[in-house]
Amino acid sequence: MNYSSFLQMQEELSLLVVIVILLIYDIFAGEKSLRFFQPVAIVLFSIHTILNCIPHHPFEIAGGMYHYVPMLTYVKTILNLGTLIIFLQSQHWLNGEESINRRGEFYFLTLSTLFGMYIMLSAGHFLLFIIGIETASIPMATLVAFNKYTHKSAEAGAKYILSSVFASGLSLFGISMIYGTTGTLYFDDLSGLLNGTPIELMAFVFFVVGLFFKISLVPFHLWTPDVYEGAPTNITSYLSVVSKGSAVFVLFTLFIKVFGNMIDQWQAILYGIIIISITLANLFAIRQQNMKRFLAFSSISQAGYLLLGVISGSATGMSSLVYYLLVYMFSNLAIFGVVSVIEDRTGKINIRDYNALYSTNPKLSMVMALALFSLAGIPPFAGFFSKFFIFSAAFQKGFYILVLIALINTIVSLYYYLLVVRAMFFNTNDHPVESIKSDVSLKISLIICTVAILLIGGFSVVYQQIALLGFGI
Amino acid sequence: MQYTLLILVLPLLAFVVLGLVDSRWKARTAGTIGTTVMGIVAILAYYTAWSYFTTANPGGVYQKFIPFQMEWMKFSDQLHIDLGILIDPISVMMLVVVSTVSLMVHIYSLRYMEGEKGFERYYAFLSLFSFSMLGLVVATNIFQMYIFWELVGVSSYLLIGFYYTKPEAVAASKKAFIITRFADLFFLIGIFLLSYYTRTFDFDVLNSGNATVFAGTAGLSFLGLSLMNWIMALIFIGGAGKSAMFPMHIWLPDAMEGPTPVSALIHAATMVVAGVYLVARLFPVYYFFAPEVLHGIAYIGIFTALFSAVIACTQTDIKRVLAYSTISQIGFMMVGLGVSGMGGHHGLGYMASMFHLFTHAMFKALLFLGAGSVIHAVHSNEMNKMGGLRKYLPVTHITFLIACLAIAGIPPFSGFFSKDEILSAAFEFNPYLGSLLIFIAGLTAFYMFRLYYGIFWTKEYKHEHIPHESPLAMLLPLIFLALVTVFAGFIPFGKFVTNDGADYHIHIDLVTASVSVAVAAVAIAISTIMYRKENKISDRIVSSFSVFFKIVVHKFYIDELYMFITKKIVFRLISAPIAWFDRTLVNGTINSFATVTQWTSLQIKGIQTGRVQQYAFVFLLSTLLIAALIIFI
Repeated sequence: MNYSSFLQMQEELSLLVVIVILLIYDIFAGEKSLRFFQPVAIVLFSIHTILNCIPHHPFEIAGGMYHYVPMLTYVKTILNLGTLIIFLQSQHWLNGEESINRRGEFYFLTLSTLFGMYIMLSAGHFLLFIIGIETASIPMATLVAFNKYTHKSAEAGAKYILSSVFASGLSLFGISMIYGTTGTLYFDDLSGLLNGTPIELMAFVFFVVGLFFKISLVPFHLWTPDVYEGAPTNITSYLSVVSKGSAVFVLFTLFIKVFGNMIDQWQAILYGIIIISITLANLFAIRQQNMKRFLAFSSISQAGYLLLGVISGSATGMSSLVYYLLVYMFSNLAIFGVVSVIEDRTGKINIRDYNALYSTNPKLSMVMALALFSLAGIPPFAGFFSKFFIFSAAFQKGFYILVLIALINTIVSLYYYLLVVRAMFFNTNDHPVESIKSDVSLKISLIICTVAILLIGGFSVVYQQIALLGFGI
Repeated sequence: MQYTLLILVLPLLAFVVLGLVDSRWKARTAGTIGTTVMGIVAILAYYTAWSYFTTANPGGVYQKFIPFQMEWMKFSDQLHIDLGILIDPISVMMLVVVSTVSLMVHIYSLRYMEGEKGFERYYAFLSLFSFSMLGLVVATNIFQMYIFWELVGVSSYLLIGFYYTKPEAVAASKKAFIITRFADLFFLIGIFLLSYYTRTFDFDVLNSGNATVFAGTAGLSFLGLSLMNWIMALIFIGGAGKSAMFPMHIWLPDAMEGPTPVSALIHAATMVVAGVYLVARLFPVYYFFAPEVLHGIAYIGIFTALFSAVIACTQTDIKRVLAYSTISQIGFMMVGLGVSGMGGHHGLGYMASMFHLFTHAMFKALLFLGAGSVIHAVHSNEMNKMGGLRKYLPVTHITFLIACLAIAGIPPFSGFFSKDEILSAAFEFNPYLGSLLIFIAGLTAFYMFRLYYGIFWTKEYKHEHIPHESPLAMLLPLIFLALVTVFAGFIPFGKFVTNDGADYHIHIDLVTASVSVAVAAVAIAISTIMYRKENKISDRIVSSFSVFFKIVVHKFYIDELYMFITKKIVFRLISAPIAWFDRTLVNGTINSFATVTQWTSLQIKGIQTGRVQQYAFVFLLSTLLIAALIIFI
């Protein structure tokens, strides 16, 4: 076997190098030099992001186990950017009393989950795929339980790992049935062999619910609010953006590549899932008092919108999905940035606490309002364009009623997003959140998000670049 | 010719800088920056014109250049919106007109607007307007033109409403914006239809005269009129809105509430001729594929010219007289285009129309700036507060007289030459049309001299302070424009601007010329008898035609008609039921959505228990359910 072909996996390797350097640094460096740990981590990770942001030629190694297409570079870059922004946002929290000794762990664990997602994205074989998904899940559970002395965090960690194991179990059961009927697990071979016999459909459903769990679609979403609420806020944002984003993209590629022959069946499943996900999540979101639970339901309904790109199964669907992911990431991270800083400094996490935030923290409120507008899809912010593209992708394929239902749901979502805006700008409060002085890295992250929300929509270049790669899966 | 891009970039930069700086810099600095930038733009425009007209006609026919072009939005391989710069005879001519008048207005405003609150804002808006107008004239495709067209509308709105504390100014800016925007809606529909059937926005393709481009529209008609006619008529409505053609002329007189230099820039020389420019730009399309619309344009033009000339005879606000005279003159230009043919001698009307656009821009800007100088001296727009000013304002007086002679069509001033060409073209098209135009030209001479005598002669009005001549910065533009007005008629315009790009030798038709000069002279003589010295003749005429006069003073009650239609018919019969529908049915539905949503959300919240074993149960159950559904259905 020619091991040099592994060198072609440059994205994974470079990430691995970053992880190893950080691990060594954290173990062997003295107390003093550890002060620079976080900046070094961010710089190293930025270098990794920049080095790997240019797409190159597609290739396959290990007989198709691992494959690369240019579109993956965009997806991985989006995940990298999201992780980077989360790193920037967690600086202050990690320097806090409770977590300062464990900040190194935060970085390796996060990067390890990212590594798992890379593998999952590039896998060309179900085995590698499952390894990737587990590499992503297990460190994730420890991250969720990061504040181990906090009851809620520990509980969330337990819930996450239990649900995750359960989901993986079902997925593996599905995969074993696939292997049983076809005798292979290579994606390339499977596409011709799966024809939609009842057992294969059964296998398909069992396998795919594992991914639905990751994306937190109704009815596989029940863990989401509890975990989102219990996990440290920066981890929650990682879960809602990076973890979810990679899973949606994988779902799309698998549907096309492996289950392409069952398009009628999976479109039918998605049809139902999208409708109940968006609708139910919206209905729950209205009721929430806790900001993080609120955002959990909002992210479930956003996942439903993301699936609109998947259901179309077309090149436009894929490019609008990636674009939606990008915009959703910036908008959501802006909101989580604000929520995390407020929680970190004041411990306040209820929507009620946000009343009259504008009077004390005008800048944070403006950023948050912009991001909420973007999530709700109000022009001219980026969220409008991403919704527009994803709706038109589904519309082109004739899903008129589905798009109509999604549109009606955007009105509902507008209502609850604006509830937060109203709280911040119009409601009165005897004890508003005191004026917060945010640290430099948080400011940078919020500025990046704000600029992106304001500009991405107007610059058609971004979408065109993504669309250029179109159906590269 | 890459440098032509600077012609657009510089004013835009000036707008951004001045707009951001707002009042943090001294007013004088802001004014100087704006004026300097415009000066550079004017020099660039002149250089472009010079190099274009000296080098671009190797075979005696002017070529088109596109020195800059970028793809902006791509819908399909054929249909994409570009942003670019098109250099051809009419766009170069317009560059010269716009930059000259804009520069003059910039210089003039340095003193005219001195001490006004928001001086920097004023200059920022002037830069924005100049940018938009220049972008409009160099547009390479109809969609780019539309974008700048709307920008022109917005900046005009901002400038008319510059005195935003004055209710009249606010009302006027809204009126201008709403009416032109309403017309633009038709323009946009026209663009959509055109691009839908031709799959292109590009002027080059549209104007190629190639029937295959329009093959998609062949045989299609609506209400008995062919589709191409509909499309081009819709596009013309947009032009008619901006160019204040009847019945969408009502915004222009009110727009006089803006600062006077703004009226000179926007409502005399640049924005109001955008409609004429639009027709000229698409002339081959009109001529070959929608000739009926082209003739319609001629009739609308002449009706507007007559109609507003009659109103101009009765107005007492000097700026309004000028506004109506502008509408009337634009009518002339539209007639010129409407009667024109294609190429050679047949293209006379086109050439004449563009020539008149050029000379009119100069002398009408001069008239407005002169009026500004008068208003600066006496602080009133009303003619009865003036009189006998020739002693106090000698320079303004002479330059104003030159402009009046030019617009009246007295040789050797520029207006004579250009108007005469339009008259010749009209006579060739239809002698009745030509005769009517000569009559309107006579009316023009009459009301302009009524204005002239009313301001500078007749009985002196007792002023509290003795009026004094304006400062030099205001007089220089007057003198410059007066010189242009005296000499522009001798420009061999046919050598530069024709609709086929070939040379056309202008020759004066002696019969038409002498008749029109005679009519103008008689009209001036009548005006002199009636208005030079205070007398009762005009009052007597007014009282003997009192009913007719009253109708004309009220501008034929067109404004009232609009109010009646909007308030009594549209609001009461259409808007009110819609409002009811909206309030009760639509809002009711939406509210009930909200109620149902709230109620459901309350009912289902029990699903979320927090027990992880239950989650797993739901998880498994759902999986089995989906599997069962998918397998058995």
